[in-house]
Amino acid sequence: MAETAFLTVEISHRIGGFHLEAGFHLSAPWTVLFGSSGAGKSTVLRAVAGLLTPHKGRVALRSRILLDTSSGISLAPGQRGIGFVTQQPALFPHMSVRRNIAFGLHQLTHDGRELRTKEMLALFRIEKLADRMPSELSGGEYQRVALARSLAPRPELLLLDEPFSGLDAELKTSILKDLSTQTPLLYVSHDLAEAYQTNAEVIVLDNGRIETQGPVHEVLAPKRAQLLRQLGAE
Amino acid sequence: MDTQALWLTLKLATVTTALLLCIAVPLSWWLAFGKARWKVAVEAVATLPLILPPTVLGFYLLVLMGPRTAFGRFFIHLTGHPLAFSFSGLVIGSMIYSLPFAVQPVATGFSGIRTEILDAARLLGASPLRVLFFVLLPLSRRSLFSAAVLCFAHTMGEFGVVLMIGGDIPGATRTLSIAIYDQVQDFRYTDADRTAFLLLAVTLLALIAVYSMRKQARSG
Repeated sequence: MAETAFLTVEISHRIGGFHLEAGFHLSAPWTVLFGSSGAGKSTVLRAVAGLLTPHKGRVALRSRILLDTSSGISLAPGQRGIGFVTQQPALFPHMSVRRNIAFGLHQLTHDGRELRTKEMLALFRIEKLADRMPSELSGGEYQRVALARSLAPRPELLLLDEPFSGLDAELKTSILKDLSTQTPLLYVSHDLAEAYQTNAEVIVLDNGRIETQGPVHEVLAPKRAQLLRQLGAE
Repeated sequence: MDTQALWLTLKLATVTTALLLCIAVPLSWWLAFGKARWKVAVEAVATLPLILPPTVLGFYLLVLMGPRTAFGRFFIHLTGHPLAFSFSGLVIGSMIYSLPFAVQPVATGFSGIRTEILDAARLLGASPLRVLFFVLLPLSRRSLFSAAVLCFAHTMGEFGVVLMIGGDIPGATRTLSIAIYDQVQDFRYTDADRTAFLLLAVTLLALIAVYSMRKQARSG
């Protein structure tokens, strides 16, 4: 599997008493990084995105080295070709939805920007919101705009750090379906049911260590069985 | 009313405010987001004019601008006249004196912007200048307005520093506050009353503008 991997990650980082030692690769178009709260999931994503520089590590996306602490390479977040939607995505509050989506397209021509923005508005079915300000959006609309904005510059990988908490399952599934057709996803979740529904490749992170990696039904089956036993369903 | 002093004061306040904002924006950015260990020392120096007696600041500036220092001699060599007792000298003195009034509101405005917003801009490939002009400055416009108004009003009413480094030269360094001092010395209380009322009104209006802006910001 490693031969076809498009992302390889080796990270060692210490925050206070917490020690993160994570190594994994991505080869599936949709991967869930699964773990309980405090397992280090967000730290992994921030390091891959370039918002945090780990003490030691190497991150490569396809043939590009994004981070290599041993040779002092660390590309800026905007040069990594990675989109990132955080737990609490922050739209630019002084810009309309249209301008928010177009913000990352400054290297395109005016027409190119317009075209790509329209594509994103259509993909996420938010055309009617184009001229609204972020303060006028509902929770679900806000999330859709944040995703459209991250996807607009055509990232090679999109990182999602539980950006759908608070949204209903139907809306969440519809958004994820829209996304998975566009770019590979690395999606963080601590919700077993949610991870199970995705039918994706799963990486289990526990207390700063990668426990296992594989298809969801193999990797999460013991946890599911344990949960069902606890619920008295088996 | 000493109209010559009024125009000179308005000119001084305008030039000082404009130049100070150009310095305050990068300095505030560094203070808000910089990670240097000696940032605290710079912060203290930038706040010093708020506490320091104006005459102390004026005295040091007078010495610095005079022929006793290399800086003062260099300026005389360059322009043929000393920086002290000139309008340029007044501008430099006013900028240093009003520095905290520009830096504090702008740095507070920058620090108040959510990290997630700045992260989003960086992830979308924005250069530091693009972040400054398209994100930081628009989101801190109220703080910038407060800084501009406070600097302008503070410079309008400046006395100690101006007197120390500029003296009392009509048309060159005599500002409104020095005109009031002269009018009182000459027992021209009616003139002093008018000039003082003008400064009082400008200062009060400036503060009303700043507080209205803060109230607006709080209410959304």
